[in-house]
Amino acid sequence: MTTVLSGADWLALLVHFMSLSLLAIGGAITTAPEMHSYLVNDKAWLTDSQFTSSIALAQAAPGPNVLFIALLGWNVGMNAGGGMAAGPHAWWLALAGVGIAMVGILLPSTTLTFAAARWGHQNRELRAVRAFKQGMAPIVIALLIATGWILAASQGSPVEHWRGWLLTVVTALLVWRTKLHMLWMLGTGAALGALGFL
Amino acid sequence: MTRVTQDTQTTRLHSRKQPQSKTDLFVSFSKLALQGFGGVLAIVQRELVENKQWLTQEEFLEDWAVAQILPGPNVVNLSLMIGDRYFGFRGALAALAGMLTFPLVIVLVLAALFGGVADTPAAQGALQGMGAVAAGLIAATGIKLVGALKHNAMGLTVCWALAVLSFVAIGLLRWPLVWVLLGAGGVACLWAYRCLETKRPTEGAP
Repeated sequence: MTTVLSGADWLALLVHFMSLSLLAIGGAITTAPEMHSYLVNDKAWLTDSQFTSSIALAQAAPGPNVLFIALLGWNVGMNAGGGMAAGPHAWWLALAGVGIAMVGILLPSTTLTFAAARWGHQNRELRAVRAFKQGMAPIVIALLIATGWILAASQGSPVEHWRGWLLTVVTALLVWRTKLHMLWMLGTGAALGALGFL
Repeated sequence: MTRVTQDTQTTRLHSRKQPQSKTDLFVSFSKLALQGFGGVLAIVQRELVENKQWLTQEEFLEDWAVAQILPGPNVVNLSLMIGDRYFGFRGALAALAGMLTFPLVIVLVLAALFGGVADTPAAQGALQGMGAVAAGLIAATGIKLVGALKHNAMGLTVCWALAVLSFVAIGLLRWPLVWVLLGAGGVACLWAYRCLETKRPTEGAP
């Protein structure tokens, strides 16, 4: 796929990502639907499969899930440069895409977090700050468990997909009760999945 | 940990451990990030709280609440906050760079080499398996943090009620996260504010 991006388009991309950055409460992945409609439907800078495989690849690789944004930028730049076969020009554009996408998605939110968290830490004796942390504690715990639940449920029903659910439950018990390194569990899960056991 | 020099930064607990330098931050967060497949949070909790002991369970929970509420990737926010606490702005940058640099390089190399492989059945299967494991990792991290609610000003009963309601709203009813955080979270914060008034500041308060 080949697209043409003008300077104004790159700027629009940056501005769009920056505006989504402050809406990304609960992680960058929450903005994925909005990104999809902008990049794939409105602008046609990416194909549908490039979008989904960016998310899949970022999830398979180590590191924060926000890296799918870097891959979106990579693909936008690569398409603008005429694809991987087009040579160094396309690679540079792809790297520029990574830079623009990551700066766009991270700069506003990290600036806000930095300022807010520093203020909160300096004023940690304030009753309002303590109330915020104490009040949110049970809710963020619930959010973590719910995230695990949603991830598990995305496999399908526990009856039909009992192997996957069993893997989830066993993992949870191992993490809770033992010191077994998490990479063993992830490796086992990946191997079982790749061999088609799930 | 063998340094005998007096730390100017007064530590609350004599047994308190902390990162030794900005390099230590960068290396530590790089290691965390590189072990985090399908989300880094579980590994961050285990390493920083249980192994390195830079944070107590309670402190981790408090920081996590802040990282979660503010926009942006949660673990990125968390690394920034922890880095800033020990070494200021440069510490925040070191932790943030650790969290992102190597994973970014890896994911780009993978994209360049195997752009299309992610769609093959074996890769999809592996991804599914890691997804099932990641679900267990994150749920167990939440379960482990329940212990940190013991000293909550709102009391255990209220904490449990809030947690169960939020779980139902997010996990089962799939209400938008922002609503739950603002709705249940707002009520909880106001309630905690009230409870903190009636409770005398005790020796437990920092």
